[in-house]
Amino acid sequence: MPHDHHDHDHLSPSGHPYRADDDTPLTYWQTLEIAVRELLIDKGVTTAATIARQIDVMDARSPANGAAVVARAWTDPAFKSRLLTDASMASRDMGFDIGPLRLIAVENTAQIHNIIVCTLCSCYPRNLLGLPPDWYKSRAYRSRTVREPRAVLAEFGVTLGADVTIRVHDSTADMRYIVLPARPAGTDGMDAAALAGLVTRDCMIGTGLPLAP
Amino acid sequence: MTNTIPPDARRWHDMGGDPAGPVPQDQHDFSLWEKRVDALMVIGSSTGHFTVDGLRRVLEDMGPDAFDRLTYYERWIAAINQNLIESGVYTTHDLAVKMAQITARGDTYGTATTPPTTP
Amino acid sequence: MTRVRVHTYMPPGHVRTPAYLRGKTGVIERALGPFPNPETLAYGLPGARTDLYRVRFTMAEVWGDMAETPTDTLDAEIFGHWLERLD
Repeated sequence: MPHDHHDHDHLSPSGHPYRADDDTPLTYWQTLEIAVRELLIDKGVTTAATIARQIDVMDARSPANGAAVVARAWTDPAFKSRLLTDASMASRDMGFDIGPLRLIAVENTAQIHNIIVCTLCSCYPRNLLGLPPDWYKSRAYRSRTVREPRAVLAEFGVTLGADVTIRVHDSTADMRYIVLPARPAGTDGMDAAALAGLVTRDCMIGTGLPLAP
Repeated sequence: MTNTIPPDARRWHDMGGDPAGPVPQDQHDFSLWEKRVDALMVIGSSTGHFTVDGLRRVLEDMGPDAFDRLTYYERWIAAINQNLIESGVYTTHDLAVKMAQITARGDTYGTATTPPTTP
Repeated sequence: MTRVRVHTYMPPGHVRTPAYLRGKTGVIERALGPFPNPETLAYGLPGARTDLYRVRFTMAEVWGDMAETPTDTLDAEIFGHWLERLD
C-alpha cells in the first residue's frame, strides 16, 4: 500500500505536534494497537474516520471546559445551585456534551477543601476535563491520598489550616467529580471569562487552588 | 471486631492506604498511538463489544507486575484486545496474522501504520 | 443520617468496594439510585440495577490512631449489597 508522505496526523487538532513516535522503533504494544484498530475496521465495527473523529472529540475536551463551568458558578448563583444539585445537567446546559457520565460538583469553602482520587483505577471526569494527568494515575497518588491527603497536598504546594476539614472523594463507581474551588479574593468585578483564566486543572481535582488575580 | 484482611486476599490494584513514595510530577505528552488506544476504548465500549468494567477486570487480573512493567496505554491496549477476543470480534489467529503483516511493513510506528483512508 | 457498616467479605473477582473500607462504619451522605452491577458486567454478563450510595467515613474510623487528621473525611460510592444498615 503506498505510504502517504503528507500524513496530516503529524499535528494534533490543537496545532501541537504529537509526541514524536513515528521514528522510534516499533514496539510490540504499538503493533497490537495497529492490529486491533485495523481488525476493528476490517470487521466493520468502526472506520478510520470514526476513530479520527473520536480523537478530535477527546482533544477538544480540556480543563478549559471545567474552568468555564466554575467561572459561571462564581458569577451566577442560580447556576451554582443547579451545579451543586446536578452537575451533569448544569454542564449540559452550558453546551458540554459529557455523555452518560454522572458528575458531582463538590464545593470548597473557608472550612472545607475537597480532593478527588480513584484508588482502584483512575476514574476521572474526562468527558469534561479531558485526559487525566499522569500523576493522578500513579501508585503514589492513588495509595496515599485517601490516607494522608495533607501530606500529598503539601507536595503540590498546598497547605491548609488546622481549621479546614479535608474531604477526600474516592471515585469507586459511576460518579465522577469536579471540585468547585472557592472564588479567590480580589476578583470583584471580573467577568466569567477573566475568572476562568484563574481556574487551573489541579484546582478542579483538589490538588491546587485557583490563581490569584 | 477488628478488620483483619488476610494479605493474600487483597488484590494488587486495591491500593488505597498503601505506603508509597512522593507523587511523581513529571508528565508526558500523549502520542498518537496512545490517543488511538483511548479512541478504541471509547468506540469498543460504545458499540457494546465490551464494558469499562470488563477492561478493569482484565487490568486487575494482569497482576502487579504489569503495572510496573507496562505503561498505562500498553496495559489498556492489552485489555481492549483481551475483551474483543472474549466477545468474539476477532480470533487470536486473526490477530496473529495481522500483527505479522504489520511488523513486515516497517520498523517504526510511522512505517508500520497504514495511512488513514480519506473519509 | 443512616449509619452503615461495610461488609468484611473478601471475595476474589472484580469488586468496587475498596479493601481499606471493609468493616468500617460510616453514614449515607446521599443515595445515588440504581446502577448496573459492575461485578457481573466485568465478566460480560448483564449488570442488574443495584442501589448505589455515597458513604462518608471519618479518617479516624478508617485509619484509627494512624489517621493524619481524625476529623477529615473520606467519601466513597458503595453498592447496597456491601452495606449493613445499623440504624
